[in-house]
Amino acid sequence: MIEGLNPALILIVGALLVPLIPQPARRVYVVVLPLLSMLQLVLHPFGTFAEVALFNMTLETFRLDGLSFVFGLIFHIAAVLGVIYAIHDDDPIHPTAGLIYAGAAIGAAFAGDLLTLFVYWELTAASSVFLIWARRTETAFNAGMRYLIIQVGSGVILLAGLIVYFSDTGSIAFNEMNLETTAGKLIFLAFGIKCAFPFLHNWLQDTYPEATASGTVLLSAFTTKLAVYALARGYAGTEILIWIGAVMTAFPIFYAVIENDLRRVLAYSLNNQLGFMVVAVGIGTPLALNGAAAHAFCHILYKALLFMSMGAVLLRAGTCKGSELGGLYKSMPFTTVCCIIGAASISAFPLFSGFVSKSMIISAVAGEHLTLVWLMLIFASAGVFHHSGIKIPYFAFFAHDSGIRCEEAPLSMRVAMGITAALCIGIGVFPGALYAILPYPVDYVPYTAAHVITQLQLLMYSALAFTVMMLWKIYPPELKSVNLDTDWFYRKAAVKALTPVAALTSGATGTLFGQLNRISTGAISSLNKAAGPQARLSRPIESTNMVALVVGALLIFLALYLI
Amino acid sequence: MISAQLPAIVLLLTLLSAPVCSMIRNGDNAWKVAMFAVWLSVAAAIALMAQVWGGNTISYHMGGWAPPWGIEVRIDELSALVVILITLFGALVISALRESLRTVMRSHRHSLYYATFLLCMSSLIGITITGDAFNVFVFLEISSLSTYALIARGRDRRALIAAFRYLIMGTIGATFILIAIGFMYMVTGTLNMADLAVRLPEHTDNRVIQASFAFFTVGIALKVAVFPLHYWLPSAYTYAPKATTAFLAATATKVSLYVMIRFVFDVYGVEFSFTQMKLDVLLIPMSIAGILIASLTAMFQSDVKRLLAWSSVAQLSYMVLGMALLNVNGLTASVTHMFNHAMMKAGLFLALAAMIYRVGSSHLRDLAGIGRSMPMTTAAFVILGAGLVGVPLTAGFVSKWYLISAVLDKGWVWVAALLIVSSLMALVYVGKIVDVAYFKTAPAEHNAVKDVPVSILVPCWAFALLTIYFGLDTRATAGVADRVAQALLGIAS
Repeated sequence: MIEGLNPALILIVGALLVPLIPQPARRVYVVVLPLLSMLQLVLHPFGTFAEVALFNMTLETFRLDGLSFVFGLIFHIAAVLGVIYAIHDDDPIHPTAGLIYAGAAIGAAFAGDLLTLFVYWELTAASSVFLIWARRTETAFNAGMRYLIIQVGSGVILLAGLIVYFSDTGSIAFNEMNLETTAGKLIFLAFGIKCAFPFLHNWLQDTYPEATASGTVLLSAFTTKLAVYALARGYAGTEILIWIGAVMTAFPIFYAVIENDLRRVLAYSLNNQLGFMVVAVGIGTPLALNGAAAHAFCHILYKALLFMSMGAVLLRAGTCKGSELGGLYKSMPFTTVCCIIGAASISAFPLFSGFVSKSMIISAVAGEHLTLVWLMLIFASAGVFHHSGIKIPYFAFFAHDSGIRCEEAPLSMRVAMGITAALCIGIGVFPGALYAILPYPVDYVPYTAAHVITQLQLLMYSALAFTVMMLWKIYPPELKSVNLDTDWFYRKAAVKALTPVAALTSGATGTLFGQLNRISTGAISSLNKAAGPQARLSRPIESTNMVALVVGALLIFLALYLI
Repeated sequence: MISAQLPAIVLLLTLLSAPVCSMIRNGDNAWKVAMFAVWLSVAAAIALMAQVWGGNTISYHMGGWAPPWGIEVRIDELSALVVILITLFGALVISALRESLRTVMRSHRHSLYYATFLLCMSSLIGITITGDAFNVFVFLEISSLSTYALIARGRDRRALIAAFRYLIMGTIGATFILIAIGFMYMVTGTLNMADLAVRLPEHTDNRVIQASFAFFTVGIALKVAVFPLHYWLPSAYTYAPKATTAFLAATATKVSLYVMIRFVFDVYGVEFSFTQMKLDVLLIPMSIAGILIASLTAMFQSDVKRLLAWSSVAQLSYMVLGMALLNVNGLTASVTHMFNHAMMKAGLFLALAAMIYRVGSSHLRDLAGIGRSMPMTTAAFVILGAGLVGVPLTAGFVSKWYLISAVLDKGWVWVAALLIVSSLMALVYVGKIVDVAYFKTAPAEHNAVKDVPVSILVPCWAFALLTIYFGLDTRATAGVADRVAQALLGIAS
């Protein structure tokens, strides 16, 4: 342990060396690096370190306390699992970008001031996009571009917020903020985009299914949970978050049920799980914040596990479409078991990790007597079980036999899935270990008769509904289709609406500056077309124009000054 | 002894080595002379900065004649900073020039080229350090004439037209400035700038002085390329020989901006320029329009040189805006950005020159995949580009931070928003190049392209590393600029 050394730097600097290391050694290096960095984190005492003065500001680049520790730790675990999962792949982009991305997320979680947060915030965007582009398809490239624009946009809003915050308060410390000020609103919006708030959420469903099999595993772990951390740090107890979160839990369910691409189903369910955390942050009591942190911890693991199993299916079967899969349990028994463990965890079955964290949040909601929110969360829990708990394993591995016969997932994937599955069960059975690292002291007991029975009732009825609908053949069939989400508005409608505006603007500027504009924009193309190099640049006219402009400016100045 | 003569030395080193260079037939030897002269000037400039550090002023009397009759050389922190800008960035460009010129012209022409280059540099230094208004005009003419020669050296025949257009516009600008100086002389009978500053306030209601102010502002706005008087700039930068653009982009407009600040704040005085003549009312809308329109135009360019040239127009508008805001943060931003932008743009043009050196074109199409074939050059380009966008930890961030703070001091949230939008536009146009360099496959004919020789690479990286250095340590840039701003606005620190 080196005091004051930010684990994020170990990861980022170390990751830059990855492409330089030849292959057999690289496999070891990419796993050892995050483990080393995790060791540094675990041994490091709490406090604020590595303060840097940057012109008239003080940056606290490494703040370790209860809240940031939980997130830093789970980000490390996710990084280790993510690289192990992809170790069979020789492409250096994945471990390099993935480890920088993990380092950036960790650095952001340890940022004690907004500027450091902003730098790492943008770095998560810039590094993670490579995980999408690594798929090397046209669709993935375009999706990556959209993702980058939105993520960088979120960073720019954060920057704007921080500048206003600085000019209001003279400080850039990242502590509790409120929604009363402009700065607070801007920063809230920046966090909201990254947290995939309703109507700001589409980038998530748009891009996660387009990334590589191993890329999605990493993507699902960091970006949104970083936003949850940032909200918990800055906006704990902000009431509107309860309602935003409640909506987030409920609305993706409908999309998830009708969606065909199983990785997109998982992306919707990711959104729904984030909702639980956002509700908890909005409540802001110690129990709720503990619940948010614990749920983020468990969620990263089981969501990674689900994405890992679907990634294995994508790799072996070549598709993730529910309509094309089925019967894979014969070929991929190990993956099937892991997927079911992940599904059980996300559905919060007792003895699986989701149960011990989600029940904290639901208890916190009940403790505040928010009946409507409580009902929405209960409905959402049933929905989760329905689309993630049953639909994913059922359509991928069981259902009607698609006839696909493929190999079991590669060893590296199986190892990663095995460890993750073991963690999911371990946390579910021994929640004490997780509770011990939460930011506030825990006196919460998950396994009471009431909790267990409520949850089991919920799950059983949800399962019953699925079974009945399947038997009566009224379940929405898995169809090859595209579901329109609100991103349609900016991907299609806005482009259509803006095209004439853009044409008009360029036309107007063209007329406005006439000849002069032609020199600027059109010159190269028109010059290439012109036979002689000087044919189009009829210089007397243009110089005359410029001179006219100068004389005009002089006249205006003279007129203004003298009259 | 020597230290007292530094103001003269810093000017004469380059001025006298120019004719020496022109007489040496061998291009390589001429380059060695030029290198020796410019790097000594860098040392002299830094020594000067050390002398004025903390807010001192040096007044040096040429030939021992006391002002206001004799010619005075007057150096304060602002002029010392600009002299460092000219000499240091000029020296870095010259270091790369020998290798870079090889593909452009035959070697016996090189010595003349270096001579012109040195002449241009010395005249820019002259503009900066002189305390005499007429000398400003004289050096302005020398710099313009040598710049025409430098631009016209471009291999492309369109360079001649660009140079001719620049000649016309530059001459008009210089003539306007001359008229302005003439009017001032007519009324006050003095040419010494400090003396003018004392005498002008008595004549603020004089129509002649007001007209002189109009001529001066239009003339200098043309030189600074303030929107909409910027049309000469993109062509001039595009067709000039590659490495020359790096020097011109770094220095020429910045020195003009220096003259603008010096005259508007010191000679005419804040009271007259802003309270009476309301210069800010004209400059603020012009610069905001310039920022947005030039950034927008830059986004749609397919030739990287032209793209960077348009981005220069936008960046110059930032500086003019900062100046016109009339508060300490604004002027600090303006002066800091003058230095930072000179550094980043010179580096970008130099890195681009290195790419052109290998692929022979600056069109985006030809730069496809260059990130893989020329990794070192492209990496430097990306760092400098990040600075241009204003990414934190680069120099560009510091100046943008001050500018946005200045706008917020005024309470103009919408202008701050526009500045952020323009930063996003910068991100788009820099991103466009990065995208092409790393994510497009190289055309087949560029398969053999490899990185440039060390003699070009080192200056490129020097600019890139300086960009990061001045993003972290701002004592020499924003620190100086802050003191300068307080002095110019007459605020006791």
